[in-house]
Amino acid sequence: MKQIAVSMRGISKRFGKKVLANNKVDLDIYEGEILSLLGENGSGKTTLMNMLAGVYYPDEGQIFIKNTEVSITSPKDAYDLGIGMIHQHFKLIDVFTALENILIGLPSDEREKTCREEVEEICNKYGFELDLDKKIYDMSVSEKETLEIVKTLYRGADILILDEPTAVLTPQEIRKLFTILRNMKEDGKSIVIITHKLNEVMEISDRISVLRKGENVGTVLKSETNEQQLTEMMVGEKITLDIARDFVEDKAKRLEVKHLRVKNADDKMVVDDISFDLYSGEILGIAGISGSGQKELLEAIMGLQKCEEGSSVIYNSTAHGVHELVGLSTKEIIAHGLHLAFVPEDRLGMGLVGNMGMTDNVMLKRYRKGSGPFLHRKQPEATAQKIKDELEVLTPDLEYPVRKLSGGNVQKILVGREINNKPTVLMTAYAVRGLDINTSYAIYNLLNEQKKKGVAVIYVGEDLDVLLALCDRIMVLCSGKLNGILDGRSASKEEVGYLMTHLKQEEE
Amino acid sequence: MSASQIISWCVAAITFGTVIMYGCIGETINQKAGDLNLGVPGVMQIGGIASLACAFLYENNVSAPNPWVSMILCLLATLVASALAGALYAFLTVTQKVNQNVTGLTLTILGTGIANFFGGNLMKLSGGVGTISVSFTAAMFKAKLPFLFGKFGTFGSIVFSHGWMVYLALLLAFGIQFFLDRTRTGLNLRAVGENPATADAAGINVTRYKYLAAIIGSMICGVGGLFYVMDYIQGTWANDSTIEALGWLAVALVIFTSWRPRNATWGAYLFGLCYWAYIYIPTGISKFLADKLKLQNVTYMQNLYKMLPYLVTIVVLCVVSRKKKRENQAPASLGQSYFREER
Repeated sequence: MKQIAVSMRGISKRFGKKVLANNKVDLDIYEGEILSLLGENGSGKTTLMNMLAGVYYPDEGQIFIKNTEVSITSPKDAYDLGIGMIHQHFKLIDVFTALENILIGLPSDEREKTCREEVEEICNKYGFELDLDKKIYDMSVSEKETLEIVKTLYRGADILILDEPTAVLTPQEIRKLFTILRNMKEDGKSIVIITHKLNEVMEISDRISVLRKGENVGTVLKSETNEQQLTEMMVGEKITLDIARDFVEDKAKRLEVKHLRVKNADDKMVVDDISFDLYSGEILGIAGISGSGQKELLEAIMGLQKCEEGSSVIYNSTAHGVHELVGLSTKEIIAHGLHLAFVPEDRLGMGLVGNMGMTDNVMLKRYRKGSGPFLHRKQPEATAQKIKDELEVLTPDLEYPVRKLSGGNVQKILVGREINNKPTVLMTAYAVRGLDINTSYAIYNLLNEQKKKGVAVIYVGEDLDVLLALCDRIMVLCSGKLNGILDGRSASKEEVGYLMTHLKQEEE
Repeated sequence: MSASQIISWCVAAITFGTVIMYGCIGETINQKAGDLNLGVPGVMQIGGIASLACAFLYENNVSAPNPWVSMILCLLATLVASALAGALYAFLTVTQKVNQNVTGLTLTILGTGIANFFGGNLMKLSGGVGTISVSFTAAMFKAKLPFLFGKFGTFGSIVFSHGWMVYLALLLAFGIQFFLDRTRTGLNLRAVGENPATADAAGINVTRYKYLAAIIGSMICGVGGLFYVMDYIQGTWANDSTIEALGWLAVALVIFTSWRPRNATWGAYLFGLCYWAYIYIPTGISKFLADKLKLQNVTYMQNLYKMLPYLVTIVVLCVVSRKKKRENQAPASLGQSYFREER
């Protein structure tokens, strides 16, 4: 029988008066195991673990480490007890080197040289690859993740908590990480992974605890469960996990992108000579490591980025005729009545105004059309009501600031507004980022409906499983270049992952 | 322009530069901890008036004043008063999480008020405007370096004709640079300013670092105020808030130096040269420029010269921001309060 490393009893945590993040949670973590903490967004996984890591302090409940009750009031306390957490947003300092990041906060009698040697020893033991003199801003996400783990181990952590460690890694990098986690498990460490990706849970964990609405709804052994059961535990009801993908006949070319090139503020080519066609009745997925030019590509089509000479985007619609989009501003595109809809990545930054209600946000794109100096609110109000009813947006009323709504509701409002204009082309960037399973599926369904109506849809995504299930074609970007277009029905995850990380050599 | 003019221009520039060098070093420590303390002009005034009041009271109430005692008392008064101002800033921004810009600007207004209140009262005690003088104590601060003063020709008259506090500022600039770059405490301090959440998670006491940075930084700014009173205006006082203008230049100098006190050692003097340019630029050049710019009166040129320190700052900001080197940027969390439990 394995020893219990940590046990949490009756842990509750509130934020303000309304939000009960954790409600009387019991949880055990054993030595030498990998425990997955599964749950939807907002189910309280991260909050629970933050209390173990000393970031938050529980309102109620007890924590026992190796059968001794402890009080963890700061991250330092947690380190002293051998608990280390790797947060989803890495706690690293950009302008420091890897070694400096390990050194901060250590007692000053800890010599830099001995520290370097010990870190190298850890790397060799578990198989990490790390350049200690590299600055963080030069590092890839996976290097940063490695550094975080090494840092935590160097500080003597026996209990490692990883918050969504695979969110931004490629399939190849995930496999490498899992190998290392298994090595650490063999070494007797306790590992907790916070995640909502079922396939990874089934691959790596020994036991799985599921949280729903802040409560622990059960702990199961991996060997005795399956994905369907876990999903039901997570959402509390039966749902189907399949994403529909219909085949639409009569495709017509809607966008013809030719030699599109965009430079960023540093004069670096971020979209480098990309050409592709987009058809009605299809969902074109765009895959790539974040920052490979996805954002700039969509923004360039939308008139938000200055394109280099020779770029061309031909918009072709039955209703509005043929237009060259390069050179037009967003305002002109809207004024011409061209039906391009854009759901940006930064919902509350570029998409909606957080402090305004639904009605005002609906008006944003059309207030110029009114006559006279006063706003006409009747029609937008009706539209907002329609979006609220059809997409089941949960908001106290139409004037409630959208900033205060959950991410899923914010996204529904944004998508609702964009499709309300009956777009010819609908572009979405990370449309389900941060959304729970139910809302994600609601968004997939919306996109599928639009596709059936003959809209040409672009879906920039990060979850390869979803891209492969939803999209008709998948375009892979790699450092700003187009690295291949695959058929969504036949491509494999490994193929897409390979194209994301390995730029094809230019033909001689 | 004669050699003696060049010498006196440089000497004036060094005196001016020293005031803002202290302010710049102090503010850099503040900003490295993530606190944009816009109260520097206020803290300098508080430091300045504290030394003046101390010297005035000591000189007038002790029958046989000792210059050494007076000097040390002045320094202590300045350090204590400016430390209190720094502690007030830290209490408001770190503990109470008040907006840093508002707090800093208010501290400047407070400092101006305190300085003018006590300045006005001291003037009444001494018998009217312009009568205040603590030259007895000021002489101690202006004491020249032994062995070196008056030697090495032109070079010597520029470099070795100052009071000891000018050289202390240089030592401090290099010392603080070494502290930031090479010591573990300096590394921790920079971590706090870059990303307090990370520093916190690494076990650094963010609150303590921020408090100490605000207090020590303010003490150094306060010494700048002392130098202004004792050396720059030679132990006198006027309720004209000139010192406030210098305080703002010290804040600009922090940006000019890309948060490196080492660069302040020449940047501050360059600001000094620019500041005094309107007096020393030969009339021939002014006439020529005035003709080119079709100005009716040559004296208008002087007003344009007075813009030089600000123009230089703008030019440097443009150049630095074009380079986009991450190490030259402000600390990443500058201006933001830190809440551990923020969601």
